[in-house]
Amino acid sequence: MLAMVSIALQEGDPLGGFRMTWRFANFADVLSKNQEFIVRSLRNGVIVTVVALLLAYPVAYWIAFHGGRRKTFFLFLLLLPFFISFVIRTVSWSFILQDDGIVLGTLKSIGLLPEGSRVLGTTFSVLAGITYNLLPFTILPLYVSLEQIDHRLVEAAKDLYASRAQAFVKVVFPLSLPGVFAAVLLTSIPAIGDYVNASVLGGPGTSMIGNVIQSEFLTTRDYPEAAALAFILMAILLVGAAIYARVLGTERITT
Amino acid sequence: MAPAQAPARKPRKRWTRFLLPTYTAGFILYLSFPIFVIILFSFNQTRTGFGTAPRVKTTWVGFTTEWYRRLTELPDLTSAVSHSLLIAFLSALAAVALGTFLGLALARYRYRGRSATDFVIFLNISAPEVVLGAALASFFVSLAFPRGMITLFLSHTMFSIPFVAITVRARAAGLDSSLEAAAMDLGAGPIVTFLKVTLPLLFPGILAGFLLAFALSMDDFVISNFVQGPFTMFPTWVFGATRVGIPPHVFAFATLIFLAGVILAVVQLATQRRER
Repeated sequence: MLAMVSIALQEGDPLGGFRMTWRFANFADVLSKNQEFIVRSLRNGVIVTVVALLLAYPVAYWIAFHGGRRKTFFLFLLLLPFFISFVIRTVSWSFILQDDGIVLGTLKSIGLLPEGSRVLGTTFSVLAGITYNLLPFTILPLYVSLEQIDHRLVEAAKDLYASRAQAFVKVVFPLSLPGVFAAVLLTSIPAIGDYVNASVLGGPGTSMIGNVIQSEFLTTRDYPEAAALAFILMAILLVGAAIYARVLGTERITT
Repeated sequence: MAPAQAPARKPRKRWTRFLLPTYTAGFILYLSFPIFVIILFSFNQTRTGFGTAPRVKTTWVGFTTEWYRRLTELPDLTSAVSHSLLIAFLSALAAVALGTFLGLALARYRYRGRSATDFVIFLNISAPEVVLGAALASFFVSLAFPRGMITLFLSHTMFSIPFVAITVRARAAGLDSSLEAAAMDLGAGPIVTFLKVTLPLLFPGILAGFLLAFALSMDDFVISNFVQGPFTMFPTWVFGATRVGIPPHVFAFATLIFLAGVILAVVQLATQRRER
């Protein structure tokens, strides 16, 4: 409990803690200086969330409705990646996508790709990496809400002459919306804050806000700036999250 | 397996039936692809030049178990792995000790500030790790507390508590509280009741929480990176090594940790199933 309360305090803490000059201008400075990174992070977050939802929904749907008795086993397979630290998984991707690595090297030797082409260091590889790392977080809430849907409702819709597509659009999808909301939250927030993918898989020009915070804090040691940035990021996300929590209620997400 | 839709309609849509299962299989394959690569390449040879440390090769050279034999060869890496295991174990213990009571409180009592606690839990889980890391690090910096093992332990305990609490709450919610009442009726004091009735009943939830906290701690990079100071952890060591090239020992360690995790999880699942 104490630890919990102190987190809440710490979130607000970094502001004036180091130099007590109450320089609120810090925020404005930081904001104007890092606008590019903030915008890029938000854009990446949106893309990743949309792609992850589109990729994950069919899988969650299939397991929930057609997984049968092997549901747990499928879920276990989906969570398998969690047994290796995500840094190492990301490193593994960078290894796979090397210019002369397993994928690109093979494609090049067959002649499907021109010699000079590369994936690492591009925005694409960063987005792909973030999406990969967050897919389990997208799929779990989707699965949970789809699993709770009473199959008889779908049958009832079909008895009432709904086609399969209509039954999905009018019955299944609306009922899975709480899961979609939770999935959006659980995917977009870490996606926006991520910096590991951008630094392992990215190159110059793919840095995100997390990279800036990390380097300001650990390399430049400009604590106030890093803290102000972190606070801004938190504030942006909190506003978003608060709207969601209002719509959903927090219990739905935490349980 | 019985199809979920009424079998009478649209019998001609045969091939699309395989669309989703195939997609799911492909999806699972995609998710675990990097792991296969790690395991496979932990058995790969490297051509070492004279005087240079071995680095993983991006192409297949030949099968070897060399890296498992030379596993503990790099003292930095070995100590990073043992740091990770130590912190994971200690912080999981502490998180379980604290999180169990929080979970129990959340499941049982409607106290003032309950929804606030809920929100803080939610915040802690959903806040981006960079922010959490930066907040914790600035907290320690502003206290002039040197970053190292203790700060790592505190931070890992902190971020694991909510997960333990949620796991225990789920278990406690399904618990019949009349069992406790019965124990009290039979003359057990509140402490005895807790130790002999509540705790054993909660135990599967607590164990699951412990394993979850352990896994989270092992997996964590971002927060460790901020609060570790000179006390390097396994993921942060690997991250640092990406600049100069990854020694194959890393893949060997990752494979071993992965296998240990999978075995633990399977055992846990099996015991859960037997209980039901």
